[in-house]
Amino acid sequence: MKIGALTEVFEGEARVAITPSSAAHLQKLGHEVFVEGGAGVRSGFSDDDYRAAGVTVEPGAAALIGAVDVVAKVRQPTEEELHQMKDGQTLISFFYPGQNPELLALAKDKGVTAIAMDMVPRISRAQKMDALSSMANIAGYRSVIEAANNFGRFFTGQVTAAGKVPPAKVLVVGAGVAGLAAIGTSVSLGAQVYAFDVRPEVAEQIESMGAEFVFLDFEEQAQDGAATGGYAAPSSPEFREKQLAKFRELAPQMDVVITTALIPGRDAPKLWTRDMVEAMKPGSVIVDLAAEKGGNCELTIPDERFVTENGVTIIGYTDFPSRMGTQASELYGNNIRHFMTDLTPKKDGVIDHNMEDDVIRGATVTHDHDVTWPPPPPKIAAIAAQKPKEKKKELTVEQRKAAELAAFQAETRSQVGLLAGGAVVLLLIGLVAPFSFMQHFIVFVLACFIGFKVIWNVAHSLHTPLMAVTNAISSIIILGALMQIGSGSWWVVLLGALAVLMAGVNIFGGFMVTRRMLAMFQRS
Amino acid sequence: MEYGFTTAAYVIAAVLFILSLGGLSGQESAKRAIWYGIAGMALAVAATLFGPGAGNWFLSLIMIAIGGGIGWVVAQRVQMTEMPQLVAAMHSLVGLAAVFVGFNAQIELGRVLRAKAEGVVVDFHGFAAVLAHKTPAEIAMLKIEVFLGIFIGAVTFTGSVVAFGKLSGRVDGKPKKLSGGHMLNAAALALSILLGVLYFTGVGPAVFWLILITLLAFFIGWHLIMGIGGADMPVVVSMLNSYSGWAAAAIGFTLGNDLLIVTGALVGSSGAILSYIMCKAMNRNFVSVILGGFGGETGPAAEIEGEQIAIDADGVAAALNEADSVVIVPGYGMAVAQAQGAVSELTRKLRAAGKEVRFAIHPVAGRLPGHMNVLLAEAKVPYDIVLEMDEINDDFPSTDVVIIIGSNDIVNPAAQDDPNSPIAGMPVLEVWKAKQVFVSKRGQGTGYSGIENPLFYKENTRMFYGDAKDSINKLLPMID
Repeated sequence: MKIGALTEVFEGEARVAITPSSAAHLQKLGHEVFVEGGAGVRSGFSDDDYRAAGVTVEPGAAALIGAVDVVAKVRQPTEEELHQMKDGQTLISFFYPGQNPELLALAKDKGVTAIAMDMVPRISRAQKMDALSSMANIAGYRSVIEAANNFGRFFTGQVTAAGKVPPAKVLVVGAGVAGLAAIGTSVSLGAQVYAFDVRPEVAEQIESMGAEFVFLDFEEQAQDGAATGGYAAPSSPEFREKQLAKFRELAPQMDVVITTALIPGRDAPKLWTRDMVEAMKPGSVIVDLAAEKGGNCELTIPDERFVTENGVTIIGYTDFPSRMGTQASELYGNNIRHFMTDLTPKKDGVIDHNMEDDVIRGATVTHDHDVTWPPPPPKIAAIAAQKPKEKKKELTVEQRKAAELAAFQAETRSQVGLLAGGAVVLLLIGLVAPFSFMQHFIVFVLACFIGFKVIWNVAHSLHTPLMAVTNAISSIIILGALMQIGSGSWWVVLLGALAVLMAGVNIFGGFMVTRRMLAMFQRS
Repeated sequence: MEYGFTTAAYVIAAVLFILSLGGLSGQESAKRAIWYGIAGMALAVAATLFGPGAGNWFLSLIMIAIGGGIGWVVAQRVQMTEMPQLVAAMHSLVGLAAVFVGFNAQIELGRVLRAKAEGVVVDFHGFAAVLAHKTPAEIAMLKIEVFLGIFIGAVTFTGSVVAFGKLSGRVDGKPKKLSGGHMLNAAALALSILLGVLYFTGVGPAVFWLILITLLAFFIGWHLIMGIGGADMPVVVSMLNSYSGWAAAAIGFTLGNDLLIVTGALVGSSGAILSYIMCKAMNRNFVSVILGGFGGETGPAAEIEGEQIAIDADGVAAALNEADSVVIVPGYGMAVAQAQGAVSELTRKLRAAGKEVRFAIHPVAGRLPGHMNVLLAEAKVPYDIVLEMDEINDDFPSTDVVIIIGSNDIVNPAAQDDPNSPIAGMPVLEVWKAKQVFVSKRGQGTGYSGIENPLFYKENTRMFYGDAKDSINKLLPMID
């Protein structure tokens, strides 16, 4: 099949859907790769770079669409681009089918198979093609960099000869991929980071990144992210009020606020109100990663950075990934390439659009003159449902005492039982056995006890040397042979001599090999 | 010299032996402890040679010299990976020596009794003189001891020979039984007890009965160990170790020699404890190990979903270069491929790059208790980064990369997840909790126990196929 990437026409978009390195992988799958001339210029890939990777460069969008079977893009397609496509072609890009019903209808009429990268289900197997996550990761990182750039102070606290600098306090609202990336970046810059999310199960992830989870004491059944495919769902008005009250309390202390709260298929919730902005210190920075969906902050102006009257900078850029175009393109290109890997299971360049596959089915929004969105729920749940935590039964003092007593009594019973049994056996032996035997028997039993006590303390790693040394010692049997060898018939001498020989092998071999082993154990 | 002096020497030797075993509680004290053992043995042999009752010491010295020479050469030449075979082979020698000493005791006893019956006053010397003073009750006891010593010794002998064959690959490692299985063993045991009674009561030729008993015991040792699979060899070897000790103790009773009794009891209990530790590590009942094979399956094992994903050396090297903490889990496969040198070199390079590298050793990794520790020590891996299962199991979630070299069952998550798995409940190394797991393995086979391993199908597992030594050597130049 032939795959080609279009030049992005959206204002300010610097990414490209296929990079020279992802092209190489696509070729390994048996595909021919094309790009529109100049497609990669803004992300740092010249046409010559593509040619060097064996990619055919087509002069314009129309020529490219005419030449290929699969059109790859970053942003959702324009109507013009869709009109140029023909029946049976495949389009793979961000699509947002929920917000773009006209585009969906158009793709259906044209007979185009549209694969929406934003609809890839969130299951483990599909993580490598989850473009939303890969882009959100970049946005999260970049948001902190932009904030630091607009924040007139250090992020990290320092004590210097010239005075003390307190660390910046950063609040991250929404701990999805972008939020966690922002937490990680802020922490590594040295800031004191707080984070909030409506899903209680992410508290652990927040803490693992080094931030403090802002705990909201609320009675209502907490949200379970598992039911919504790992995304947040809208919250009740009471919960929202409680949440805003908490933010109001935090606002005056925070130097940097990064909001990333999004609910799939809806406008961004308004979480940072005008009065909170007014309560913040001059010089503080708000970065609103939800600006494209209207913003989490009431004052956000999409695509703009401005300073409020009380000196708070509000950044509403929507093109964070494009600000790191090369890397964003590499990651997006890899997402596309992984999707193509799933589409060409035999690696022979033939696309098998398997609608039974959860991932392919989920991402396909139009196919064969039919709208296939929304998809049925995937067969595999994204995240295991939260198990209610089992409460450990707190034992009362009396119960614990009783349990200890019972354990002690059981131990005593078994020990006394063993002792009594052993004693009876010994006494029975003593009844019949001669005195000289019993003398040796005492020695035997005591030696067994010493053996048990001593061997329990042997280090685990020395078990092989232990076997070798006990093996050497067990050739003490040589004493028996030595005592017999001098007495009596030639039979006895022969057998005795052989026994001495074998025990001799054992003594020397066993000790030597143990010594060799032990000499090898070295401390670093 | 007097009896008192010899006995004093024996006491010192016994103390030295106990210290020598006790010293094995730490790597450093062990180096001193081994000298205690050697000194004890030298003292015991010298005291016996020059003490009362010994004769023919010229022949004895020659035999010790020849045997010592053989032992010395073998100990120098043996590869550390061949340690399990060597230990098994040495057990067989102790077993056979016990059989011979037992026979001698009977021959001497026969001679003394005949002389007594004929009323001939013979000036007995040496061992015979000891026998001549025995009362009838003591002689009865002696017969029981001879029987036990010969029986245990003979089982140890053939059992160790089979274990040696299985460990060195000369005999197929799969469990094999004759038709009749354990009934055959039980029958042989019953028959030898019957013969023992005949021998005890003095009906017929005593030496002939003993020879028959020996043959039956030979059969039991051979058949018992043939029926045990290669994966259970750690238990078998330590069990045989224990037997060789009990055989020595039984002979000690026969000869009335306390040092033999003490030492035999020490060795016997040491082997018994080792067997117990090994069984516990595999969550197996000692009886079920000895009876061979895995116990009856309780139901179908859980189906495994997913696929094994292969990776090449570049991928592994890249992950290692990025990792901060690495845990290496070696198994029998590392010993087979002789990869410990390469692994040590890899460890050195990774540590030089400032990464935390540790080894996780499962109690039954390899074919001998502590097998892996010895191999790693041979390759000069410092012992303070080699950890036991309990010490490291909690650290896997914070580990970046785990490399599994030739181990399989000891990292099988089915032991925890699948109640129908044949190894359900066995403690395992929880490697799958690490961020990434690489499995160095020769091919897709299931390994010694034949149990499918779901670890190989996990999302964070990559299979690094190929001979372990070649694979690791391929990695080395790529680590920086």
